[in-house]
Amino acid sequence: MTIISDREIATREAYGRALVELGRQNNNVVVLDADLAKSTQTIRFAKEFPDRFFDVGIAEANMIGVSAGLAACGMVVFCSSFAIFATQRVLNQIFQSIAYTNLNVKIAASHAGITVGEDGATHQSIDDISIIRSVPNMTIIVPADAHEAYEATFAAANFEGPVYLRLSRMATPVVTPPGKPFEIGKAITLREGKDITIAACGIMVYEALGAAEKLSGLGVEAEVINFNTIKPFDRETLVESLIKTRAALSVEEHSIIGGLGSAVAECICEEFPVAMSRMGIRDQFGQSGKPADLLRQYQLTSEDIAKEALRLLETRRKANEIYEISASTKSDFGALESEVDGGMSDENSN
Amino acid sequence: MPFSRIVYKPEYDELEKKALIIRKNIVKMIAKAQSGHPGGSLSCVDILTSLYFRILRISPKHPKDPERDRFILSKGHAAPALYATLAETGFIPYEWLDDLRKIGSPLQGHPDMKKVPGVEMSTGSLGQGLSVGVGMALSAKILESGYRVFVLLGDGECQEGQVWEAAMSASHYKLTNIVAIIDRNGLQIDGCTEDVMGVSPLGAKWKAFGWTVIEVDGHDFLELIPALEAISYTSKPTAIIANTVKGKGVCFMENNVDWHGKAPKPDQLEEALKGFEGVEFVESDEVEVDSSN
Repeated sequence: MTIISDREIATREAYGRALVELGRQNNNVVVLDADLAKSTQTIRFAKEFPDRFFDVGIAEANMIGVSAGLAACGMVVFCSSFAIFATQRVLNQIFQSIAYTNLNVKIAASHAGITVGEDGATHQSIDDISIIRSVPNMTIIVPADAHEAYEATFAAANFEGPVYLRLSRMATPVVTPPGKPFEIGKAITLREGKDITIAACGIMVYEALGAAEKLSGLGVEAEVINFNTIKPFDRETLVESLIKTRAALSVEEHSIIGGLGSAVAECICEEFPVAMSRMGIRDQFGQSGKPADLLRQYQLTSEDIAKEALRLLETRRKANEIYEISASTKSDFGALESEVDGGMSDENSN
Repeated sequence: MPFSRIVYKPEYDELEKKALIIRKNIVKMIAKAQSGHPGGSLSCVDILTSLYFRILRISPKHPKDPERDRFILSKGHAAPALYATLAETGFIPYEWLDDLRKIGSPLQGHPDMKKVPGVEMSTGSLGQGLSVGVGMALSAKILESGYRVFVLLGDGECQEGQVWEAAMSASHYKLTNIVAIIDRNGLQIDGCTEDVMGVSPLGAKWKAFGWTVIEVDGHDFLELIPALEAISYTSKPTAIIANTVKGKGVCFMENNVDWHGKAPKPDQLEEALKGFEGVEFVESDEVEVDSSN
């Protein structure tokens, strides 16, 4: 049994709780927010350590710069906003003042993904991983649940350098054991299987585990890996799994462009080519709605994942059939080439 | 009618010499690199000279001393001025100036704090330096340290909204230990600052954001240094509007927007250096020493 608790806690809340404990342990921990302290849960730290909490107001760019200045003087800095504002709005500030300088700033971005819900597309961050992944020196952590978020906050504080910590608004079930120290860069296999590898991150890990249960009922054993660190990406764990399963399905509450799916695809094409499919937001904007309805709308439920896994396995089977037929048939390349040329010139003449 | 004359205190005369060396090195290194920004580098030389030789509590022997004053060149394209000043103060070897903007060189086109001792912050993308300065000044308050933070901004740079976010936060947090110096040379890439996007009245703006404002001639040590020395660091953050001339010291570059980001050709370098030779110093024993200041 992988799902160890039904008690649902949001990762942002775990982050807020962890900050308070961090504040007690380390006087150099400072926290900033841009008028969203209640939402991002930094309010917990603010109440206990008002002298080390700075609300910069609705001025995210300044917050990133101030964070850099604090870090340059030896502080361990956590700054928070909604993921959409903590990335898109301040990318150049992150690039120059935090990443290029390699300063000890942790950007803890809450309300990531479409499950922000009713606020709609303007508040739904579906490209933050993609954006930050392309910036050198940045480490990206996406906790799967509250336990991981709590431990990841400590791991980020102990890690020297800039970190992007992606957190969610809605309460989600706990899928990882409590109290396990977070190891940056090490993916965790939550369920073993031989037929397909499901690589998931964030709140999608829970859905992936649900999909694996459903697949198991159909005789398909899926291996579920929690990629709680997107960068650096744990290629070793992925390839080890792919050697067994030879099929990969990535699932993320994020655009399929540039996020976990892209990291998986890059690894596969460079290291161990196998059949693959990506699940996520398919190059479109979000919309208002209840989080659960949005997950259904964008086909990110456990049912959708199970269906996609079956589709991928079927596609691979068909492809293998064609491959086997073509491999066993001695091709007449000359005839094939002239056929292709003929077809092309026909097309050109139109 | 008596002729006008500039009266230098002996110590200011010394600074004039430092500034001249820095100007020469700026022009030489940009000419050698055939790339860089001479106009805005030359305009801030006297400000940097004042800071590095009279004001900043820093030591090239201990560039990472936690108690040191911090200087941030927010207008990072003036990197040649900073590099020449760091060489003159002993933070970096003169030989480094030869490799400005070359591959593998610590002296990048814009300052990199990871590569150059004495550079406190990587800058270049405008508008971010003051925010960083606010963070550093906040650190000093948290750590109960006495260091001060100086940030040099361009006047065109003040068109960036983040500058005003930072200005707002400095007064909100009652940061008395931060000083913004605005190199008011009146030009930016596309033309006169007031034509491109007017920032006037600059002093009134800073004042409205809760800063003490002092306006000085940014090329006159007799104004610059007393102003910097007079900062009280007690009630408010301080903004110094330093009125300068872009390209100062090279006659054909002065107030000429074309020299914002262009390197002099060999003959132009020669002309510039000749111009510097023409600068005469009043010997200190000939000077009426005004010791009242």
